[in-house]
Order: sequence, then structure tokens, then C-alpha cells
Amino acid sequence: MANLKDLKVRIASVQSTRKITSAMKMVAAAKLRRAQEAAEAARPYAERMERMLGSLAASLGGVDGAPKMLAGTGSDQVQLLVAFTADRGLCGGFNGSIVRQVRKMAHELKADSKTVKILFVGRKAHDVLKREYANETVDMITGLGKKNIHFSEAAQVADKITEMFDAGEFDVCTVVFNRFQSAMTQIVTPQQLIPFNPPAVEDGDDDTTDQGPKSVYIFEPEEEEILADLLPRNLAVQIFQALLESAASEHGARMTAMDNATRNAGDMIDGLTMTYNRTRQAVITKELIEIISGAEAL
Amino acid sequence: MAERLEFELVSPEKLLKSESVEMVVVPGAEGDLGVLPGHSPLIATVRPGVIDIHESGTVKERIFVAGGFCEVSPERCTVLAEEAMPVTAIDKAAAEKRLEDANQAWQKADDATKAKAEAERHVAEAMVAAAG
Repeated sequence: MANLKDLKVRIASVQSTRKITSAMKMVAAAKLRRAQEAAEAARPYAERMERMLGSLAASLGGVDGAPKMLAGTGSDQVQLLVAFTADRGLCGGFNGSIVRQVRKMAHELKADSKTVKILFVGRKAHDVLKREYANETVDMITGLGKKNIHFSEAAQVADKITEMFDAGEFDVCTVVFNRFQSAMTQIVTPQQLIPFNPPAVEDGDDDTTDQGPKSVYIFEPEEEEILADLLPRNLAVQIFQALLESAASEHGARMTAMDNATRNAGDMIDGLTMTYNRTRQAVITKELIEIISGAEAL
Repeated sequence: MAERLEFELVSPEKLLKSESVEMVVVPGAEGDLGVLPGHSPLIATVRPGVIDIHESGTVKERIFVAGGFCEVSPERCTVLAEEAMPVTAIDKAAAEKRLEDANQAWQKADDATKAKAEAERHVAEAMVAAAG
């Protein structure tokens, strides 16, 4: 029979766990709202950047002098994967699904006899994959977005990637991050950043149809010069967007995970309390029987 | 004048301004661009400087931008700024401090960081000029 005192101790411990998880849920909910707002506020810039780049790329299309970041190096031998995870755990499948995707992609690329390099943004994926991919790991960047994510932080990551690209260390760069869908669902999204894939030409946009052909833009300075500025900038913007989406997803995932944990702790407490009461009752009954049978024996 | 120009100012963090204006003057990399409704489509880089929003012949609002890009179509002018704030919100002392820091960084910079330090110096210079 379970000891009464042991049961009491367990109930108390589960109760304090529930307190912690429910507090974490509240914190995650508050942070989620902020992160979501930030992600939404950043969308217009990314959209317009993409549109501008699209029209530039369209007017430059197929020209030999196009920058490598747009046209590619002509090879896809060395592949850089950038994995976005959280620095901390306790957020359900958030980190695990990124790890799984990165592992799968690395495996497939290796099967194609490509060289794989991995850059980790956030600690968690690195913790899991550091043994398996020790030779492929380029670097790990942590501590991003402790409070709010600033554009300058994204720019640092982008600078690092640009530097590596200019040094010819890789040919194709793909980021893997969680795209925020809702607090319950995050979608693991691989997105190729280098070479840049211009968005498909939009056809139904009413604003642009009356302007005639799209390639009538005047450029000041020359297209090449603007592109040389715009491409690294676009990289930073895309990474910024990925960071924001990832942050929102992290808080969403944590909120859901902690909500479940709180509910489970509640169920557990109910079960334990039931056992505790039963045991207590059994002890009392046993004592009574002992007293009565003792009195009868006299 | 019936025709108006949709002016949008966007920073990476958020959409700062989206309104209908009469004319804007954008500091282009190769000279200031006055944009009126019906302007030919244009894409330009923006140097650090001040965007003037004109309304019925006078400057209504002045906004400092630290460089970026500008896309103009006949009915719209979109500025993608790296950093933006109203000129009235610039703290002159802070701007001067930034210029001093930038100058020091520029002097210390080696070949790799030179371009960056130089850019920062231009931004700070423009900021001080805008505040003064």
C-alpha cells in the first residue's frame, strides 16, 4: 500500500510543477502576441522589397552580368543549410521538427553526393546535431531576440552569410524555419535564399495592369549597382522575416505545450488525490477493525 | 489639384507612413528626386538625407532616412528606408555623438570594415545636417 506521506509529497510536487507550467503559458501567450505583431508589421517591407527585386530581376533577366547572388554560381555542389531553432526547450515539437527536417535534407543532399554545410541559428538544433554533423557545422549563432528582434541582428546573420558566399564557400543557401500558422500549428519551411528565386510574375494585380509592360522602369543608378545593394539587403530582410516567424512560432508552440502540461498536471493531481483519500480511508478502517477485534477478544 | 500621389514609407520593422500627398522630394543617390503624380516608373537608391512631403506649395513634413531604396510608379511612391524618423525627433547632441563615434570607427577601420564605417559616417553626417 502506498505510503500516505509519499503521496502527499508527490501531490505537492505536481502542484508546484503545474504552477510553473501555467506561469510559462501566460508568459508565452504575452510574448506570442508581441511576436505576432512584430511579424505582421514587418511584412509590408518584405513584400515591397520582393516586388522591387522581382521587377529588377525581370528587366535584367538572363543578362550575363547579373550578380552571382541572383543568378547563382552555376553549380550546386556545396549546399548551406541555415537552421532556425530556439535557444530554449520546453516548446513541444518546435525544435524537434526543425532537427528532423535538417537531418532529412542533409541526408538527401549527401545521397546526391553534394557537400553539406550547416549554420545553426539558436542553440537547440546544434545541441542535437553537433555529434552527427560535427564536420559540417559552420557556426552557431545564439542569443538572438532575447527580448525583441531587431533588424540589426538579422543583418549580422546576413552579413555572415554574404561573407561566406563572397568567399565562395557555398553555392546554394537554404534556410529552414518554422512558419507561424497559428498557436497550434507551425509549418516547417525550407526556403532557398541564394540564388534568389524571383517571385512568379503576378497577373491579377489591378494596380500594375494599367502601367503597360513592367520593364519600363528608369533606374538610377544602373541596374547592376542597385542590385548589388539590393541583394544583400534582401537577404537580411528574408532572414529577419524568418527570425520573426520563428520567434512567433516558438512562443506559440511553447504556449500550446505548456497548456497541455498544465492540463496533464491537473489530471495527475486529481488521480493522486483520489488515491490519497482512498488510502487514508483504508488506514482508518483498518485501525477501527483492529480496535474492535481487540475489544472483542477481551 | 485633383491628382494625388500615394506615398509609403516602410522600415524593416514596420510600415511607417501610408498617405496621399501632393509631392515628395526624395534624396536619391544621384540627386534629389521630386516626385509628383504621373511620374515615370523609377527605381532608385536613396542616400541618407531628408524626405520632404509637400502640401499646397509648402513643406508639410520632413522625415530623416538613413538610406534605402525608392520605387516610383505614376500613382505611387514607395520608400524602403533602413531607418527613419521625423526630423523634429532627432536629438542633435545624440546625432553629433554618433558622428564622432562613426568618425573614430572609420579611422580605426581596416579594409574589410572600411566600407561599413564609411556608410555609417555618411548617415551620421546627414543626421547632424538634418538636425541643424
